[in-house]
Amino acid sequence: MKHKLWHFNGGLHLDGHKHMSMTEHVLPVALPAQISLPLQQHIGAPAEPVVAVGDHVLKGQMIAKASDYVSAPVHASTSGKVIAIEERPVPHPSGLPSECIVIETDGKDQWKELKPIANYQEMDPSALRNVIRDAGIVGLGGAGFPTFIKLNPGPDNVVETLILNGAECEPYITCDAMLMQEHPRRIIDGLLVMKHALRAKHCLIAIEDNKKVAHTMLVNALHEHESEFIDIVQIPTLYPTGGEKQLVKVLTGKEIPSNGLPIDIGVVCHNVATAAAVCETIEAGKPLISRNLTMTGEAIETPCNLEVLFGTSFAHLLDACGWQAEQTDEVLMGGPMMGFGISSLDAPVIKTTNCILARPKNQPHRQPAMPCIRCGQCADVCPAQLLPQQLYWYSHAKDFDKVQDYNLFDCIECGCCAYVCPSHIPLVQYYRFAKTEIWAMERDKIKADHARERHEFHQYRMERKQQEDEERKRMKKELLKKTQGKEDTEADTKQAAIEAAMARVKAKREDQEQQKKNVENLSEKQQQALSEVEERRQRSGKAESSNEDSN
Amino acid sequence: MVTAILVLTALAVLFGLLLGFASVRFKVEGDPVVDQIDAILPQTQCGQCSYAGCRPYAEAIAAGEAEINQCPPGGETVILALADLLGREPKPLNEEHGEHQGKTVVFIDEQVCIGCTLCIQACPVDAILGAAKQMHTVIKEECTGCNLCIPPCPVECIHIIPVEEDIKTWCWPAPPAALEQPAEEKSPA
Repeated sequence: MKHKLWHFNGGLHLDGHKHMSMTEHVLPVALPAQISLPLQQHIGAPAEPVVAVGDHVLKGQMIAKASDYVSAPVHASTSGKVIAIEERPVPHPSGLPSECIVIETDGKDQWKELKPIANYQEMDPSALRNVIRDAGIVGLGGAGFPTFIKLNPGPDNVVETLILNGAECEPYITCDAMLMQEHPRRIIDGLLVMKHALRAKHCLIAIEDNKKVAHTMLVNALHEHESEFIDIVQIPTLYPTGGEKQLVKVLTGKEIPSNGLPIDIGVVCHNVATAAAVCETIEAGKPLISRNLTMTGEAIETPCNLEVLFGTSFAHLLDACGWQAEQTDEVLMGGPMMGFGISSLDAPVIKTTNCILARPKNQPHRQPAMPCIRCGQCADVCPAQLLPQQLYWYSHAKDFDKVQDYNLFDCIECGCCAYVCPSHIPLVQYYRFAKTEIWAMERDKIKADHARERHEFHQYRMERKQQEDEERKRMKKELLKKTQGKEDTEADTKQAAIEAAMARVKAKREDQEQQKKNVENLSEKQQQALSEVEERRQRSGKAESSNEDSN
Repeated sequence: MVTAILVLTALAVLFGLLLGFASVRFKVEGDPVVDQIDAILPQTQCGQCSYAGCRPYAEAIAAGEAEINQCPPGGETVILALADLLGREPKPLNEEHGEHQGKTVVFIDEQVCIGCTLCIQACPVDAILGAAKQMHTVIKEECTGCNLCIPPCPVECIHIIPVEEDIKTWCWPAPPAALEQPAEEKSPA
C-alpha cells in the first residue's frame, strides 16, 4: 500500500557519510575495567542511588531509582563492585562533572534473575507502563525523555497513529539502521507492546529511502507477523525529517501546535531503538543497560557500530576503533548537525549517546563569522518555519522577550540555518544561548519571588515582634501603675494606723499628765495624807512598785 | 441637512455610549509601577543601592528619586529591563554601589561560631538557623547572597562562597561576536 506523504518547510539534502560505519554486524566491545553511570541520563529529575560504596551489584540490578514522576532509574550494566558515588565527567556540552555511580567490573558479567513477561496482552496498560518505567527506558533517539510517560496518552486522548521513527536523518549516524537490519523482529514486537499500552489504532514505521536493506528486513519481519495495523513507510531522505514535528507532518500532514505535543493531534512518536528496548524488557526481562552506537568520523580508522554497555568511557571505545588522536579536531557526541563537543574522553556512554564522531582537522567549516547580509537562506531551510534572522538579531541583542515573540522555543536546533549561512554565523549557538539564558532567568525569577516572599514575611515578623514588645511594655507599665496605686492605699492605711496609734499614745500620755495634774493641785490636808503614804511606802520598801498601783 | 445632523448626533451618542460602556466593562487594573519595578529587581535585599531593600528602592525609582543603575546584583540585565519598563536611557552600573559579581551564598564556619544570633537578626530573608549559644547555619537554598550578615559577626566566621554551576543550571555561552569591522577589511593588504 502506498502511503500518502506530505512535505515540511525547508530541510537540506546533506551528504550522508553513512556508508562509512555500515558494517555487516553490530560488534561487541571488550568489557571495560570500570564503568561510570551518571544519575542523570534522561530528561527530568536525576535518579537517586539505592546502593552504597562497597556493594556488589549484578548486571541489570537497579542501582538508582527514579526520584520523581519525570525521571528514570539506572541499572548496573555489568556485575561488579560499587567503588564510588561521586562527581565524574559526563557527556554534556558544559564539560561539567555530575554525580555518577562508579562500578569496578568483575569480568563475570553476571545477570540478576530476569523476569520476562509472558503475555503482556493481558496486562493493564498502566501495569505495563510501570514495567517499562522500572526498566529505565527513555527515548533513545537523542532527547532521553522517559518512555513510560509517552506511553500514557491520558484519559481523554485517543491515539490514532503510533509512529516509529526510523528516519535517522542526521549524517554519519547509522545505529538505528543497523538495528533495523539486525533485529527487525524486536522492533515490531516492541511496537506491538507500545501499541497495547497506548491502545493505538494504527502504527507506522517510517524509514528514509536511503536505508533499503533496513526497509527490506523490516518488511520481511512484518510478513511473519501478518499484522494489519502496521505500515512501513519509506520517506524521502531529507534532513531533518527525523525530527518529531517534521516526521508527523510528513506522515500525517498535520502540524503539532506550538508548545503542543503530538498527542494533541492524536499522534505518538517513538524511536525504533526505544521499541527494541521495550521488546527486550518484556520478552527477556532485561532493563535498559546497553545500546547501539555509531563510532564514526574521518579520524577513526575502522568506523563501525557497537553494542555498548552504558558507563563505558569514550576513550575505551575510541581506542577499540583505531582512533587517531593527533588527527582529531574534536570528538562529538551525536551527529555533525546536532551533536556537541566532548571535553573529557573519560565521559561515559549514556542512554542518549547515539554516535561518537571524531572530526578530523582542517575541516573547511570553521570560518569566522561575518555580518548578516539578510539573504534569507536560513528562513528558506528552517523546518520549523521560523525567522532565523530575527531570532539571531534578538538573541544577539539579548532581547529575550522579543526572541520569544518569534517562537524561539519552537526551534529544534537542527542546524540547517547555520549550515546554509553564507556569513558562517553560528546561529544555533545563539539560539541555544538564548534558550538557556531564558531558563536561567526563569529560575532566577522564581528564586527572587521566593526571596521577596520571605523578606516580606521577615518584615511582617519584625513588625509583629515590635508591636508585641510595645504591647508588652505598655502592659507592664499599666500593671506597675496599678500595683503602685494599690501600694499607695495600703501605705495610707498603714500611715493612718500609725497615726491612730500615736494619737492613742498621745491621748494616754495626756491622760497620765492629767492624772498627775490631779495630784498636783492638792489641799494641804491631802498633801499631808499623800506624804504620809509616801513615807509608808518607803518604809515598806515597795515604794516604786506600788506607787502606780495606788494611783 | 437636518437628517445629516440627526444621523451624526445619533452616531455620536451611540459611540459615546459604546466607549463609556467599554471603559467600564473592560477596565484594566494596571499593575502599579512600583510592583512592576519590584518584580524586576533581584530581591537580594542587600541594600547596596543605598535603600533599605528592593521594595524601597523600587519606590524611590518610581518617585524619580533614584537612578536605575544602582543595583549591583541585578547588573546589566536589570538596568536594561528597568530602562525598557520606564522608558529611560540605560546607563552603565554606578560603580559607587558596587560591582556586578557572580552569584554567591554565605557559609558559617561552625567551628568558630559562638552563637551570638547577630547574623540571624541581620538576615533579611530568615535564611540563618540557630539560637543563642547554639551553632548557627545558613540554609543555602534560601540565601540571597546579600552579605548583610557578615559585618555584625563578631568572630568573622561567615564566609562568601560562589554558587557553582552544575549541568542543570549551566548556560551556553554567547557566541563570539561576528566580525563587524569593515574598516579592517578595507585596509590594503
